Amino acid sequence: MPLPRTRGTALRQRLAELRGPDVPAKALDARALAALAANPGCARRAILDGAGVNKTALASALGSPSAFGQSQFALTRGNAFEAKVKADGGAELLRLVHEKLDRSAEPPSDARVPDLTATGPQGRTARTELELREAAAHPGAWTLLDHPMLALDVAGSPAFLEPDAVVVHPDGGWTVVEIKSFPLLDGSADPAKVGAAARQAAVYVLALEEVAARLGAERGGAPAPQVRHRVLLVCPRDFSNLPAASAVDIRKQRAVTARQLARLTRIEDIADALPEGTCFSPELPAEELTAAVESVPATYAPECLSACELAFHCRARSRQEGAVTTLGRPVRAELGGLTTVEQVLAAARGEAGDPDDPAVAALRRAAALRAEALEAACR
Amino acid sequence: MSLISTLARLEAVSTGRAQPAATVRHRHLGDRPLVFVPLITAGEAGAPLGALVGTDRDAPRLLAVPQPRDRDLRFAFLAELADIVLPYVDGYAETVEAAERTETDPETGKRVKVEVDLCADAPQLIVPSRAGIDLVRLLGRSMRFRRTAEQDPEAPYPAPPRVPLLGRWLTHFGERARVPGSSLLLAMTDVLGRHWVTGQSTLEDQHLGALLAWIDPPEGVTGAEAALRAELERDEQGQLTCPPAGPATDPAFDNKLLAPAIERYDRARTALAAAEDGLEADDRLGALTAAEREIRDLVLSRTRPTWDAVWRGLDLLRELPEGARVEERWTRDRWSFTGHRDRVLAGEPPQPRRDDAVTAANKLATREREQARLEAQEALDDPLVMAGRRLSGEAFAGEVTDVVMAYSDGKRPSPRPLVTVRTDDRPQLGERTKVYRSLGGKPQSAEFVAAEEDGACVVLRVLDKMGRGKEPEPGSVPEKGDRVCFTLFEHEQRGGAKLPDPEETPWTHGGPPGEAALEAADPVTEEDVL
Amino acid sequence: MTTVFDPSAAAAQATDAILRDTLHGTARGVVVDSPPGAGKSTLVVRAALELAEAGHPLMVVAQTNAQVDDLVLRLAEKNPELPVGRLHSSDADPYDKALDGLENVRKSAKAADLAGLSVVISTAAKWAHVKVDEPWPYAIVDEAYQMRSDALLAVAGLFERALFVGDPGQLDPFAIVGSEQWAGLAYDPSASAVTTLLAHNPELPQHRLPVSWRLPASAAPLVSDAFYPYTPFRSGTGPGDRTLAFAVPSDGSGPDRVIDEAAASGWGLLELPARHTPRTDPEAVRAVATVVRRLLDRAGAATSELPAPSPLTADRIAVGTAHRDQAAAVRAALAGLGVTDVVVDTANRLQGREYDVTVVLHPLSGRPDATAFHLETGRLCVLASRHRHACIVVCRAGVTDLLDDYPSTEPVQLGTVVKFPDGWEANHAVLAHLAEHRVTWRP
Repeated sequence: MPLPRTRGTALRQRLAELRGPDVPAKALDARALAALAANPGCARRAILDGAGVNKTALASALGSPSAFGQSQFALTRGNAFEAKVKADGGAELLRLVHEKLDRSAEPPSDARVPDLTATGPQGRTARTELELREAAAHPGAWTLLDHPMLALDVAGSPAFLEPDAVVVHPDGGWTVVEIKSFPLLDGSADPAKVGAAARQAAVYVLALEEVAARLGAERGGAPAPQVRHRVLLVCPRDFSNLPAASAVDIRKQRAVTARQLARLTRIEDIADALPEGTCFSPELPAEELTAAVESVPATYAPECLSACELAFHCRARSRQEGAVTTLGRPVRAELGGLTTVEQVLAAARGEAGDPDDPAVAALRRAAALRAEALEAACR
Repeated sequence: MSLISTLARLEAVSTGRAQPAATVRHRHLGDRPLVFVPLITAGEAGAPLGALVGTDRDAPRLLAVPQPRDRDLRFAFLAELADIVLPYVDGYAETVEAAERTETDPETGKRVKVEVDLCADAPQLIVPSRAGIDLVRLLGRSMRFRRTAEQDPEAPYPAPPRVPLLGRWLTHFGERARVPGSSLLLAMTDVLGRHWVTGQSTLEDQHLGALLAWIDPPEGVTGAEAALRAELERDEQGQLTCPPAGPATDPAFDNKLLAPAIERYDRARTALAAAEDGLEADDRLGALTAAEREIRDLVLSRTRPTWDAVWRGLDLLRELPEGARVEERWTRDRWSFTGHRDRVLAGEPPQPRRDDAVTAANKLATREREQARLEAQEALDDPLVMAGRRLSGEAFAGEVTDVVMAYSDGKRPSPRPLVTVRTDDRPQLGERTKVYRSLGGKPQSAEFVAAEEDGACVVLRVLDKMGRGKEPEPGSVPEKGDRVCFTLFEHEQRGGAKLPDPEETPWTHGGPPGEAALEAADPVTEEDVL
Repeated sequence: MTTVFDPSAAAAQATDAILRDTLHGTARGVVVDSPPGAGKSTLVVRAALELAEAGHPLMVVAQTNAQVDDLVLRLAEKNPELPVGRLHSSDADPYDKALDGLENVRKSAKAADLAGLSVVISTAAKWAHVKVDEPWPYAIVDEAYQMRSDALLAVAGLFERALFVGDPGQLDPFAIVGSEQWAGLAYDPSASAVTTLLAHNPELPQHRLPVSWRLPASAAPLVSDAFYPYTPFRSGTGPGDRTLAFAVPSDGSGPDRVIDEAAASGWGLLELPARHTPRTDPEAVRAVATVVRRLLDRAGAATSELPAPSPLTADRIAVGTAHRDQAAAVRAALAGLGVTDVVVDTANRLQGREYDVTVVLHPLSGRPDATAFHLETGRLCVLASRHRHACIVVCRAGVTDLLDDYPSTEPVQLGTVVKFPDGWEANHAVLAHLAEHRVTWRP
């Protein structure tokens, strides 16, 4: 949702200052999207991702390096698989799109595979948009866009996205294709990984919808191209390296992500609350950086460990503060207003807390029952 | 998470040590479990890199695949694994005891008791973590449809007969592991996590090293510190000092150590193939052997710490006394093992890729019943588990303050004594709610009659297990001053309805699945370096 | 040209088509979706009577004993001459004592005892133990969306063809153990019976009852949009057909103001200050009880299609909660205010029930975190669709933020049909609507 220009420019300026002088903005990549999904309510993550801060570098500079890495075995095989799927002018990929999503259309042959090379993300985005417009001028033809570049307006600044492929159907509709290297075994795949792929695809769909709206507006009365809400997931079949595909309905993920991204505009409020001169450049001394990071509240939960580069830093802080959520979000459920380990234990021991508070009363009962049981076991 | 275990978790944080989540051991541990610590290669499904396996903690067998993409080497690994696992499994198949089973007589349709063999004990597989169980399933799936040279002379990579057989057994272990309370295949992190709670989240408890660090930290270190070290500490080469329990490896290990070693191995192999005379070949064979040994050493260095950790975990678990009803559940595992043994012996085909409608429904029903059984039995075996049920209002304990004899109406009045129990618990009792207590291991039922003194006293009417006479048998009715514990949940599970046979699957569920076709083997793609 | 929507005609048309397909169609199954209060029970009773009168022996499958007893009573009311069998379990008190007063209803725990009766009714669980040599020619499966696929598998061999009736918007059946292994299979045993049925028999005629006679004009659009986006329905009554008035004027307190708002608009949100609380939040529980007390004290009168206004008495009010302990806490608070005859129950137990006014403790009120349980679409749908006149929701502020902060990391199973609407979206939709009827109150 674009902000008024002046405010947008001011915010963009402000975010650039947060990154530090001459530090380029990092794209909103799959990891950032995963972190957004895992913890949409975290202000720290929101401002860092919104400003395009390189969180991997930041985590290292803070002294709590992230543990994410990729094995070169996985990387090589993933790339090789994608190349295999797209070989031969994308014949196999288009065949799968036709089979799984658009059987009533003409089978693809002689598909258009335009060259999308251009300089810089802006250049590639423009090139992609041009080719999408061009494809619309070729009704009845299949077009494969290999690694197009899309821009999505996130909190007033463009985030660049690179889907594996976008296919234009003969009817003018667009399909996002995700190529993954986890296997499709007997027709099913790891649901957590499929979920992540679906959320990623949903962001591409949102970005494509912005392009489609622009194209529609250009055309005057003609309808805008339709971005299909079923995407194609392509994975290796069983234990082989042959591609298999499955259509994935991403309407839910699209709705959730759209709302989450709209909410990212709140990063302006977060930015406004920061002390003057706050900067997250990894060049800064660790102490200064720590202070800067600590000036934005985080809502750490264990799920961050598999999604956010800063997780170890935030976990250490969260443990220091004795926050009960360090032990998992569900822990809070029955604790009401009690948020730290010491508060809870003091309440359970009867040293603090209002006995009329149901949470406190339940804790005392739990503590008594537990003590009784352990004592019984000792006897 | 119940408030009791939340509280224990917070106490673990505050004391720096794991806290008990159970006072007895709720899973069976055999005398001779087979520990299996596998590693896989990133990026490909079911591509083993190596494993430590065996029943002797001091002498694990090391298996390694020096080039995981090489189909021949991979299949050699699986054949070798079969040579270890199958004799172990077979060792339990022969000793049987006589047992009774109820079957439907095919002629009369009546339920009759028949005498059958039941294996006296069963094999037990232990893997480090839940991901290990998934791998056992995946390996089972990858092997059980393999074709032997005898079945298909044209098969590009014919499997030795024991490989598909291992696939069927691993599949069976993997399926059984989905049954609540079963112990044929256990993940060490799960079993430890059932018996202790740590000062970290359950997500972090998936790390075997960190979990053990909380339960049994080294001298002078808190669990928190030891766990942090297990999770993150790296040596000067950038390698984790406590490698992940697998089957996935640390990317830093793959990139810095494994990849160069595999490259050396590949080069040595190419060089050997290109050798022009015997002397040269001898030298190059030496180089290849050295390269292979290097990879084996690497695999050993990543699996041995986990191997030791699994055995350490077994030691800790054995210190807990076994729960009273664990043996009964293990007998069910023995039935499951015996059943699969019989299917293999009868020459039945391997488990299909997908269950048919009736099999799926039967499995779900069994698992739901076993889940209910497990929950009831764990509570009855362990006061700490029962405490959780009492807190949630599903059970109550207290002292009998009054017993009034009463009798049922009718021609032959039976004893229906009214028992008043004083309790601090707050059971969710409604009109005529049934409650149960364990009387000599059997459930005795009673019904709720009234609450007195604002819920502090509960009046119950005892309904059964008092003998046939007019007067209750001695000891069958609680006496004044007795400590009693009643549950609102049943102690024993009723069998569910019998589903139709698969060949009678109704039209609502797609009709009969038809003649079971022999499942096709997976196509084997060429060496998968792509 | 605009056509005036005639609810009675639309409903009659739908019912005729359903009965035609059931009695004279060729398909083995007929599926009927029925939104809240659309006359599902009426349809079941009518179909049963017509089948029985046409001489077709009929078995009826319901999900709970209460539902079975209710159907027996309704059948006997419509046709006291009809021989009906009530097949029951061998537990103590297996059926409603009211059945003992019905002359032509025979009760037994053995199916053989009921052979030859026109209609035999029981629960799916009991039917699963019945064996027959000849299947029944006809069956009606009630609450089919709340029945699990494996339960249908156990009984489907008992009948040749069946009418399946249910409300797709209510709480889904669930399994107490994981069933991911079968996700994506047409016969996934943990799926709903209708899902499996339609996956295997996509050609079966599907109908829906288009009119809710229960929900007022103020509620039907919201419930339809939020919970039935692809199968919309209308209310049988128009704006102004139903009124709720109170003889005693407002005392200006939060509870009275929210009562007036709900009386005027059909909805009211009593918003308490944001705070994280345990489930049995004492303030919220007291607020719920106070609203109920004031509803009774203010001498309400509900005017429906019936000619005269009827007084808003305790039996016309219900309180809905997400958890049993919350229901218990509200009951205790009500008892403290001298109210003992208002139904207080969880969503699960309120399914299929109907009241003039409902007071709902919002499932997410005061929670530090949202969970899949609390977001479940069916739970909110049940709570928001029990009323004929007005629904008052008591909730702490901050639920919108809580929803926005909810992690969206759900796994996705390939091959499963995405269930709409999503609980997260439905919750947002309902909150957005309630926000227009908000009364903030600091007790």
